[in-house]
Amino acid sequence: MLHPLPHSPSYIDPIVSIETLTGGYNGESVLESVDLTISRGDFVGLVGPSGSGKTSLLKAILGTLDVYDGRVLVKGVDTSVRRPRVGYVPQLETIDWDFPVTVEEVVMMGCTMNFPLFPWATGAQRKSAAQMMENLGIYSLAKRHIRDLSGGQQQRIFLARALVGDQAILLLDEPTSGVDIKTRDDIMHLLHELNHQGITVIMTTHEINSVAAHLPRVVCLNGRIIADGPPSKVLTTEILTETYGGPMPVIHHNGMAIVVERPHRFGYHARKGEDQDSAGLEHQDIV
Amino acid sequence: MFEPFHYEFFVNGIVAAGLAGALTGLVGVYIVLRKMAYIGHGLSHAIFGGAVVSFVMSINFFLGASVWGFFSALLITLTARKRTIGADAAIGIVTTASFALGIAIISKYKTFTRSFDAALFGNVLGVSDGDLLALALVLSVTVFTVFVGYKLFLFTAFDSEVGRLYGVPTGWVDIMFSLILAATIVVSMQVLGVTLIAANVVIPPIIARMITNSFKRMILLSTIVGSINGIVGIYVSYYIDVASGATIVLVGSTLFVLALMYNTIRTRHHGIWSHFRKKPAITRIPFSSGRL
Repeated sequence: MLHPLPHSPSYIDPIVSIETLTGGYNGESVLESVDLTISRGDFVGLVGPSGSGKTSLLKAILGTLDVYDGRVLVKGVDTSVRRPRVGYVPQLETIDWDFPVTVEEVVMMGCTMNFPLFPWATGAQRKSAAQMMENLGIYSLAKRHIRDLSGGQQQRIFLARALVGDQAILLLDEPTSGVDIKTRDDIMHLLHELNHQGITVIMTTHEINSVAAHLPRVVCLNGRIIADGPPSKVLTTEILTETYGGPMPVIHHNGMAIVVERPHRFGYHARKGEDQDSAGLEHQDIV
Repeated sequence: MFEPFHYEFFVNGIVAAGLAGALTGLVGVYIVLRKMAYIGHGLSHAIFGGAVVSFVMSINFFLGASVWGFFSALLITLTARKRTIGADAAIGIVTTASFALGIAIISKYKTFTRSFDAALFGNVLGVSDGDLLALALVLSVTVFTVFVGYKLFLFTAFDSEVGRLYGVPTGWVDIMFSLILAATIVVSMQVLGVTLIAANVVIPPIIARMITNSFKRMILLSTIVGSINGIVGIYVSYYIDVASGATIVLVGSTLFVLALMYNTIRTRHHGIWSHFRKKPAITRIPFSSGRL
């Protein structure tokens, strides 16, 4: 059960406007004619296969993607004119956990560009970092090495770094990738809490059933936007099949869309000599 | 014990070794944490080519080798950004070509009066006041740069890609450090020798890393270890009559082994105590169903 209060983005106040964006790297387009408007207070999940442009879309919002056509506005300012101040949380797998750095030092990195050529953090920056660590429940771990923390606590370090500069937008690249079920649950609760405090959350994920299905808004992406809306409307067999380019049967259970992961022929049912359709999937459930 | 200090060349040498050790130790922290250790090895060989060319063209050694080193560093940094080439291949191409050029010129002009043994392996006898001044100057500039840009260096070393997304000019930071490394190699060449500088860039930071988990303390410790390493190395080289660069690296290697032993004992000690801690009960479920 996620946050009990209803999610209420302000639809009259777009915080990110992506207008017919075509962009990529080294002259090769990854995104083609993408139109997307994200309102203040939105909580958006980007789903799609690997290489579909999910991370590139985050980079477009951060102003680091090569834009070939169209434009990206963050808080009304074109990202090609001024790079926006947006909180970004990378995939935990990309972090060098052996790097000699404490929790507090990582959180303070979020303030690096406030006074870049000043070796010490200012009093206000330290206070802000301490407050953020307190809010996220990691203040007591401030002097510990980052490797000494649990998966959920480690994710909180990078959330704190992303939010320490009073950021209104939080971008997360697969925040639940490679973590156990409880940590995933903790992270999703925390993100919903932050969202209900007014922070706009945009995250990529590969986990449709356990993550995307619980978000207020899902965008299916594969180089272009295939679908955009609430999970009940977007997570259908047709849309996901088009997004992933392969069969993605979806059943509905208690109002929730569930993508069925069908057992492979080389798995248990193959050994038993059963075919895939006898694995318990009722055709009439597929929507 | 204090006998060698009566000689001016030894005093010059020991001061130079202390400064060069501190400098390589300090620069090495960034190089090691950015996993650019190979660049130190490659760049020192590239600068050898520059040193030879500047000698042949009768250009001031520091000027010629520095300009050559800066361009090599820039070329490596820019080439490494090409996805299709990669940093290791870029270093391999640029530095070996430059080193080969130096060797080719030496073999062509056999009338050289100056020995390049000192440049290759280090020679404390050849340390002049100018060398000392250059070392002190580069060390001062490096300390100032690291101090002022501390936050930028930390973020870039920790996660360059994300640092860039946060607005950190990581490209400039990398170029800046490549240039500092080139300057470090040029001024340390007389003491350490181009073939052994790379070891001194790597060993002190690794020793420091084994002792501390803090970036700040690692910088401080690596600088101190590098300096002690240089001073002890020169002192020992005087008595055993071996090239200064080689002795410094051997002393550093010994310190590394000691630090490794300390680290292993500390970890094992921690492991021994864990045997006495109460272990949580494990729920064992037999695989009776046979269905996986």
